[in-house]
Order: sequence, then structure tokens, then C-alpha cells
Amino acid sequence: MVGGGRLGHRTIGCGAVSDALEIEAQVRLGGLDLAVELRVAADETVALLGPNGSGKTTLLRAVAGLQPLDAGSIRLDGVTLDAPATHTLVPAERRPVGVVFQDYLLFPHLSARENVAFGLRARKVGRREAGERADRWLERVGLGTVGALRAGQLSGGQQQRVALARALATEPRLLLLDEPLAALDVGTRAEVRRELRRHLDGHDGPRILVTHDPLDAYALADRVVVLERGNVTHRGTLTEITAHPRSDYVGRLVGTNLLDGVLEGTVLRLSGGGVLVVPNGEAVDGPCLATVAPSAIALHRDAPTGSPRNAWSATVAELDRFGDRVRVRLDGPVPLAAEVTAAAAAELDIRSGDTVWASVKATEVKVYPA
Amino acid sequence: MFAAASLTEVFTSIGEGFEADNPGVEITFNFASSSALAGQITSGAPVDVFASADAATMSRLTDAGGTTGAPMTFARNELVIVVGAGNPRKITSIRDLADPDLIVVLAAPQVPAGRYAAQILEQAGVTVTPKSLEADVKAVLTKVTSGEADAGIVYATDVRAAGDEAVGIAIPEAANVVATYPVAIVEGAPNPAGASAFLAYLTGPKGQATLASFGFGRP
Amino acid sequence: MSSRTTRDRLPLAVMGLAALAVGFFALPLLGLLWRAPWSSAWDVVTDPITRAALWLSISCSLWSTAASVLFGVPLAWVLARVEFPGRGVVRALCTLSMVVPPVVGGVALFAALGRRGLLGQYLDLWFGLRLPFSTAGVVVAQTFVAMPFLVITVEGALRQQDRRLEEAARTLGATSWYAFRRVTLPSIRPALIAGTVLAWARALGEFGATITFAGNFPGRTQTLPLAAYLALETDPDDAIVLSLLLISTSFVVLVGLRDRWLGAAASGTGRSVAER
Repeated sequence: MVGGGRLGHRTIGCGAVSDALEIEAQVRLGGLDLAVELRVAADETVALLGPNGSGKTTLLRAVAGLQPLDAGSIRLDGVTLDAPATHTLVPAERRPVGVVFQDYLLFPHLSARENVAFGLRARKVGRREAGERADRWLERVGLGTVGALRAGQLSGGQQQRVALARALATEPRLLLLDEPLAALDVGTRAEVRRELRRHLDGHDGPRILVTHDPLDAYALADRVVVLERGNVTHRGTLTEITAHPRSDYVGRLVGTNLLDGVLEGTVLRLSGGGVLVVPNGEAVDGPCLATVAPSAIALHRDAPTGSPRNAWSATVAELDRFGDRVRVRLDGPVPLAAEVTAAAAAELDIRSGDTVWASVKATEVKVYPA
Repeated sequence: MFAAASLTEVFTSIGEGFEADNPGVEITFNFASSSALAGQITSGAPVDVFASADAATMSRLTDAGGTTGAPMTFARNELVIVVGAGNPRKITSIRDLADPDLIVVLAAPQVPAGRYAAQILEQAGVTVTPKSLEADVKAVLTKVTSGEADAGIVYATDVRAAGDEAVGIAIPEAANVVATYPVAIVEGAPNPAGASAFLAYLTGPKGQATLASFGFGRP
Repeated sequence: MSSRTTRDRLPLAVMGLAALAVGFFALPLLGLLWRAPWSSAWDVVTDPITRAALWLSISCSLWSTAASVLFGVPLAWVLARVEFPGRGVVRALCTLSMVVPPVVGGVALFAALGRRGLLGQYLDLWFGLRLPFSTAGVVVAQTFVAMPFLVITVEGALRQQDRRLEEAARTLGATSWYAFRRVTLPSIRPALIAGTVLAWARALGEFGATITFAGNFPGRTQTLPLAAYLALETDPDDAIVLSLLLISTSFVVLVGLRDRWLGAAASGTGRSVAER
């Protein structure tokens, strides 16, 4: 019941003081019927996770001012940005919001420097000062030398950084990121993700991140909100949500176990104390993230004797049944969730508090540089 | 059969009469400005008969060896001042055209009607500043009937064809220029027999009667 | 080597048809050059009436191109971006002059802007403004036939444009007008230039609507196409020289502009031609 408290409705009194961003959004758009209540504190990053068409981007657009609400309200630091009931609608250009778009949407006819300076120029900052400030932002994202290049001449990772610098240059209070890493290849991704984390943590104000990748949500966000068909289905940390999948989508996609630790050769020392043997992969020694699919974890009553090199004894913390499958949350040196068929669970006769053996093949552990 | 644009209506009518008299013969007309037609004939267009609105164009073609035999004059046309219905500016003579407030359009000096108009004005000693020198005489008429121009100089036949929309004011014979319409068989005509027959019909009583009904004078 | 192998792979039939098309356009031009009376060409070109016609052609076509851009770009934007009932009808209306014979267009302009026209009678009555037989009338006639070329080209580009770029601009604090100027216009620049060149070329060669609506008077409304047409009446040789003068004027501009524009785009430093 770790996440239970956050799944329920929060009382206004509890959240009003610390929540910089208060959203109560209702939008009907095409086949989508979006109804979301979301509060984000000034010092946190919330990841919006969900399948395509679930309304993540629509919600982000509503907050940015690109999609008016049909009902409800959006308030930032107590200032109403959108409230159809009182005919309040602050246009996008007057909201203190920075957006990093999917595909970045850099202006193709402008240089990297001009892209970053665009928001400042639009806000009537002089050409010279805007240019200097843009240069500083480019340096801050590690692109001090590419200012004169056009968007098309930059690599994917560089484009992403320019997009981030462009969004941050106007010093917005609220930062919105729509799939900021989706267009990057795996190699660049880890590095850009690490930097992004640094910028997100350094940002003074609420951050919302739209993603469909649980790894990004895990690495970048303090909290996760899962949207499905326009409604919030899960709230909490990714670990909490993973432990209690309440929909097929979360069961399949978010259900992946995420672990972090330090890689030494083929041994991953988990920050929680356990050790996992991993395959010889592309990841180099050092801080790493690892994923293990719950269905790849086997449960046994007795210590396994066969091939799996990763086997450990664990305590069953919780059992959740969804569909014909059972999610088993394990405490112990390697905290994770296993997923077995209902039939297997019945055969093993697993109950909460039982001690079982868990095993996973080294090849089922996917390691990424953190 | 190539014929000057000013002959459009009357030749269409004469053509019908000729076809009625000569079953099995079919005339295909091409109406345009005389000089444009002469140019096409020089370039080798397959034509039997060419009827020009001025002698100069015809003699240029004849000089270039573009016709068979000497051209003959089949009609005359005099020039008149044309004004809009009801003659709102009360124009009575060539001299009135000199009024600087009057919008006068003439045909361009490159086309026969324009040359004749210039000749008439010069003979009368009247200086007119036209607003436009139209590419053909029909355009002069249109400018007047649509009210954009107050007056112009066109053929008597054009005024007759315009019906109620235009009024013609005669120019005294002494000051006037009369256009003569020559016709000739084109050198290398694909159907010389048909061409001769048409010329005979045109200069005969039936052809002349039709010409007269459209306002043309006898040669 | 690589360009050689690509060329070898090109379908022969396509190459052959393309060559025929080139010949189709080149041959009439060669014909004119062949027929041109080179000995008298200089006299025709330096004739004051020719020079006046050339100057009038260039200045009027530039004015009508400017008018086409000034009104055509907003029109294209509205047609591409604003949804309103009857948009299809409005679009058809605004591009009607492309399909109507220009002479008919000239007559229609009379009916609208002439001395007795729908609006023209009031222009005359209130402002003493008479467009027919005036140089302004030439510009009106040229704009009437030329603007649709720009509108269609620019509207197509606007429809294909990624509208999210404008949204990105707005989240950066740009008003819609600022976004239009700094994002929309620059990103449709190739189409804008192409449309402008098309409109200009159409205006330069305009004949029917001009002679019908503005008439023909040397130095005032006689543009090169009109001069060439009238020269055809008496002196076809002069007409050929005038035609070649018209062709070379547009040729120089089209070739020059295209290289400049393509060169700028290729080097990635594309500043719009209009900015220079």
C-alpha cells in the first residue's frame, strides 16, 4: 500500500501551499475526452506517462496555452491562466512557460544562436543583449561552439540541447517537455538524459515531462502520473506504480523493474545492496540503470540448482492479480516485481510474507549507462 | 478564306448565301486584322481567298507575289465619328474632338482604321490627343459603347452593327477618307475554282445587296 | 563516378520526353532569333517609343508584383489557415482570372472599375480617379491576372508548413504577428519567391487585360507586349525585335534570380532576396 495514499484524492488544504501548478483540465478533442486533475510543486518534476492518444500532449498543450480548456482551470503560482467559467485565457505568448517540443521544432531558417535568442527577441530584448544571453545559454548546455550553425546542421543531441536552451532562455517559471529524448539514438540518449536531469534539478519551478519511456520517467521525474484515454489511472513513484499495475498498459509497459547501481565488468552492484550478474553489453563500467521484465523472473519454493546465476531469497511483500496474471512484489536484497500466471501462483501457493527463491537469467537483465 | 475583322458579320452572311447557291461547298472563315492575315499568308497558310480592309496591305501581299492576278475592289466603307447612344457630349463635327476634356480613342496607326483617322484629322487641321490607340477598330467601338470613351473614329458599318448602342456622325465627304476593300485569290490556293466562284458571287448582285444591307458602299 | 552511374540508370524514355519538351520551348525561341533582323535591331531597341514601352513594362510589372505580394500573401494565409464557410468559393473567385481569357478579364475590369463601372463611377465621382487609359490601369490589369499565381503558390506552401513551428514561437513569447513575420514567412520563403517570380513574369507578359482595360498609348499604357503586337500589324520584323527584348528581359531576371536564390539556399546562408 505504498502508493495508496497518493492514488486517492488529495485534499485542497494539503496541496495549496506547496503546489505551484494546479491543473483541473477538461478538454474534448476529436475522440479524446480529457479530464485530469494534477498538481505540481515548485521543486518537482512530474512525468506524464501513457500510450499514444492518451492525452499527454493535449494536456501539455493546454498548460502551454496552445489548447484552450473546455472546463476546469489552470493556475500557476495562484495566477489563473485558463478558466472557461470566468472567461479567463492567458494567451501562450504571455504565459511564463518554456516548452521543449517533440522533434524540438527548431526554426530551420535560424542559427542555433538565433533560435535560443528568439524568445528574448520576441520579448523585445535588444539584438545584442539577446545574442549574448543566447551564447551563455548555449555554453550552459555545452554547445558553446555551434551557435552559428543551422538546426539542420546539428546532430540530434545538439538539437535537443538547443531546444532546451531555447526554452530556458526566457527564464520561464514552468518547464514543459514533450518526449524530449524520443528522437535520440540509444548512445546519445544516456548522456543527454543525464544532462537533462541536471537542468531539471536546477530549474526553479515546476516541471512536467511527457514520455512513453518508463526509463526516462524513472531517471528524470520525481513522480509519475499515468494517463490513459484522457484519465489519470496511476499516480506515485515509478516503483510504487510498478508494484500495483491497475491496467494492462501499466502492467506491460511500466511493469518493467528498474534498478540502479554501479557496473563492474559483468557485475552490477545495486544501490540497495544486492548484486546482479549481467551480460557483457555495450554499457561501460560506472553508474548504470538496469531493467528486468517481471515476466523474466522465475519464482521457486526451493533454491534453484540449474543455470541461472542470479538467484536470491526474498520475502513476498504483496500480491496483485490483474487479468490472468499475478504481480508479486518481493522485498530483499533485490527489490523488484515478478509476474507469473495465476496458475503458477496457485501451484506455488504463494502468500504475502512467504519466503521464496527468485531467479533471473543474466541475459534478461538490460543495462544502460546512467 | 481569310477576311478582315471588319468583314466578320457581312462575310458570314454572304458565305451562307454562297453555300446555299453552291451545295456541297463549305467555306471556312478566319477573321483577323488585315495585316495579321497577310502575315499568315506570307508564312504559307493554305488559303484560297483573301479580303483586306485596306489597299495598302493587299498591295504589299501582291508585291510579294502572294496573290494570283490583280486584286479587285468589292466594297467601300466610309469613316464616321462614333459616340455613345444619345450623343451625350453633343458632338457634331471633327472639330469637336479637339476638346481636351473629351475622351477620344482611335485605332492605332498600325491598322488601316487608325491610318484613315489620322489622315482625316490632318486634312481637317484638328489636333486630337487620343487616350488610347486601340489595336483594332472593334476595340474603339467597344470603348465608346461601354462609355469609357466619349468618341472615336470608326467605319460606318461598325456603327450600323452596334445598333442602338452607338450613334454615327457623318464626316463631310471632302474631309473624309473612304476605305476600299480589295479581294484576291491567293497564290497556290488549294481550291482555285471555288475561289473564283466566290469572287463572282461577291461582286455579283446577291453579294452586293448583302454588302449594302450592312452599310457598305458600292466600289 | 557516382554521378555517371546514376545518369546511366536514368530511364531513357523519360530523358527522351524531357529532351522533346526542351526542344518544344527552345525551337520557337531559335525561330525568333533566326528571323530577327539583326541589322535593324539596334534602331528598334533604341527607338524612344520602344524604350518607353520597355520602361513601362518593367515599372508596371514591378508595381503589380508588389501589389500582388502585399495583398496576395495575406489572402493566401487566410485561404490556408482560416476556416470559414464558402472558403472554396472564395478561392475559386480569387483565382478566376487564371482561367478567364485576359481580354474578358479586361472587360470585367471595365464593368467594375471603368468610368461607368460598378465601383468606377464612384471613384470618378468622389476622387476624380479614372483607371482606364492610365498607367495605374495597367498595374491594375496586370495585378488582376498575376496575383493568383502568387496566391496559389504561397497557399500551397502554407498548407504544407508545420504549424507547430508557429506554436513553438508563441510559447517563446511571440505574438501571432511576430510569429508570422519571423517564422511563417521565412519558412515559406522558397514558395514566396517562386510565387513572386511567377506573378512578375505573368505581369510582364500581360497583354489582353492591359490592352482592353488600359488601352494602348505610347509612354502611358503601351507596354512591350502591346508594342510588339501592334508592330506585328505593319512591321513583323520590329515585332520580333520587341519580342526578343521582352524575352531577354525576363530571361535575365529569371536566370539571375534563380541562381541567387538557389545559391543562397545551398550555402545555408539564405537571406531573403527581399532583404537585400
